[in-house]
Amino acid sequence: MKLLVNFSRGKGRKPIIAQAVRDTGVLITVERAVIDSSEGEALIDVPDDQCRLVRDKMTSLGADVRILEHGITFNESECVDCGACISICPRDVFSFDDEFRLRLAEERCILCGKCVDACPHDALTMPL
Amino acid sequence: MRKSIDQINERIRDGNARVVTAEEMPKIVAELGEDGALKEVDVVTTGTFGAMCSSGAFLNFGHAEPPIRMERIWLNDVEAYGGLAAVDAYIGATQQSETRGEEYGGAHVIEDLVAGKAVSLRAISKGTDCYPRRTITTELLLEHLNQAIMCNPRNAYQRYNAAVNTTDRTLHTYMGTLLPSSGNVTFSGAGLLNPISNDPKLRLIGSGVPIFLCGAPGMVVGEGTQHSSAGGFSTLMVTGDLKQMSQDFLRAATMTGYGVTLYVGLGVPLPVIDKEVVRATAVRDEDISVDLIDYGIPSRNRPALRKVTYAELRSGSINLNGEEIRTSSLSSFRRARQVAETLKDWIKAGKMELSLPTRSIDPKRVVRPMHETVKTPRVLDIMDRNIVSIGEEEEIRTAALKLLKGETNHLPVVNSEGRLVGIVTTFDISKAVANPGKANLVRDIMKKKVITTTPDESVDVAVRKLEQHNISALPVVDGNNHVVAILTAINLGKLFGRWLK
Repeated sequence: MKLLVNFSRGKGRKPIIAQAVRDTGVLITVERAVIDSSEGEALIDVPDDQCRLVRDKMTSLGADVRILEHGITFNESECVDCGACISICPRDVFSFDDEFRLRLAEERCILCGKCVDACPHDALTMPL
Repeated sequence: MRKSIDQINERIRDGNARVVTAEEMPKIVAELGEDGALKEVDVVTTGTFGAMCSSGAFLNFGHAEPPIRMERIWLNDVEAYGGLAAVDAYIGATQQSETRGEEYGGAHVIEDLVAGKAVSLRAISKGTDCYPRRTITTELLLEHLNQAIMCNPRNAYQRYNAAVNTTDRTLHTYMGTLLPSSGNVTFSGAGLLNPISNDPKLRLIGSGVPIFLCGAPGMVVGEGTQHSSAGGFSTLMVTGDLKQMSQDFLRAATMTGYGVTLYVGLGVPLPVIDKEVVRATAVRDEDISVDLIDYGIPSRNRPALRKVTYAELRSGSINLNGEEIRTSSLSSFRRARQVAETLKDWIKAGKMELSLPTRSIDPKRVVRPMHETVKTPRVLDIMDRNIVSIGEEEEIRTAALKLLKGETNHLPVVNSEGRLVGIVTTFDISKAVANPGKANLVRDIMKKKVITTTPDESVDVAVRKLEQHNISALPVVDGNNHVVAILTAINLGKLFGRWLK
């Protein structure tokens, strides 16, 4: 399960992810992270049965944590099955089936948003 | 053996015609041989569905009361060409909205009309004795228009070169998003289903030939603009009734960072009149190759890195210099198939009969570049040849003195062979002075990644480099990476005096 973690460094720099790993013993995969001097956002992947444990730990350390139930939002009626998204995606979320119909492996999505710009037909959007 | 077009049409009328798609044809020819296939098959349907920027529609609105001679016309804030008498307009697919930019354009207006949505018309006029009205605003549906005739100057490209980007930044092109360092390849075209690839000598496709256009019966007008059959890049000008078209085969699109375009579904039915048609329609994806072009080069003459076939491109990845690179199609092969299948159903149901061209398209035409009479300014026209440079082993203090003496803000850094290895700016030196540390030599503080230009480069291209990298000077280098001049924002000022009169 994927968690979106937002943290502010206003109250001093805290090793939130490292501490959550140490305290919970859950191994966290950081899928992507954008961190600058004052704030940061990380998308992490944790085993489904431990995701609440990690969320609660990180929340207590001062982070905003949201469980992401879904990957990129796909509007099938706008899609024309061109495949512009396929080679753009860093996680191989998109592929064609035998009939050249676009298929999504949503569980692989790390919500990087690269496909949103690449889709000529506005069929892909970031979930709210 | 030969079959006449009349014989084929008679079989269509009788419901006995054997119609297959161009995708089925290679196998049929392999099984039955050319003679057998000629006897067996009457019509081969083709299809393509992809971005065709050179598209649009003529619209007639009828007269208002009091009447207006519309001079400038906007549909949903997208300007349509109004230099066509009083109440006609041509809405071009790539024209962008004046309020919404690249997210909405002429293609969207066309799709909205086809989808049955209301479109807002706004027009102005100077007013004449016969047309006194000066402004008009009204909401229109497609059904309110007298005529809505799609007329696309350049559609159905026979094939299209594939695109890659060898630079170190992402490019946004009409070939979609191109990742840096050859991170992906994009391509367009239906390959073995493409109409002209099944009739490369244009024996069957020409003026007056019936076609499938965006779900409606349409017609080939004739040779398309930029038509270049000698190089394998034939195009068609086509027309059809917008009122009969369907959103399934007509879609507006935006190539991010490039602009608006229209996805058009187009198919041509080919009568199988002789063995040459059989041979041509047996074409496979493996037989059709295009160049893989480096879009990182901002010139008309972009280098081709290799030849690739549609079979390779459609497989999902291609090999470039030993690396597998993923491919993305920009056109839809699934919809191209649907075009060919729908056309097949039409003909089997007797809804469309075929005809040979009333006027042929020149199969030897070659497209020429633009004839330019005014030279565009090049870097050598405005660059500053009085360059002050510095060696990488010099002290920072020497660099500071040189900058002061040369009254410049940029010092190209050269190695012992005189080749460019870096650049230092007054900013770099100020930083080194403000934070004294280990740095002592120019080498320690210079920026090693230098963005350069060449004397022959167009000033427009050099200016894009300055903007993209947010810098104010470019060393001008020759083929050996020797600095021959420098181009700064100050030099650009010369343009105003010399070129922009």
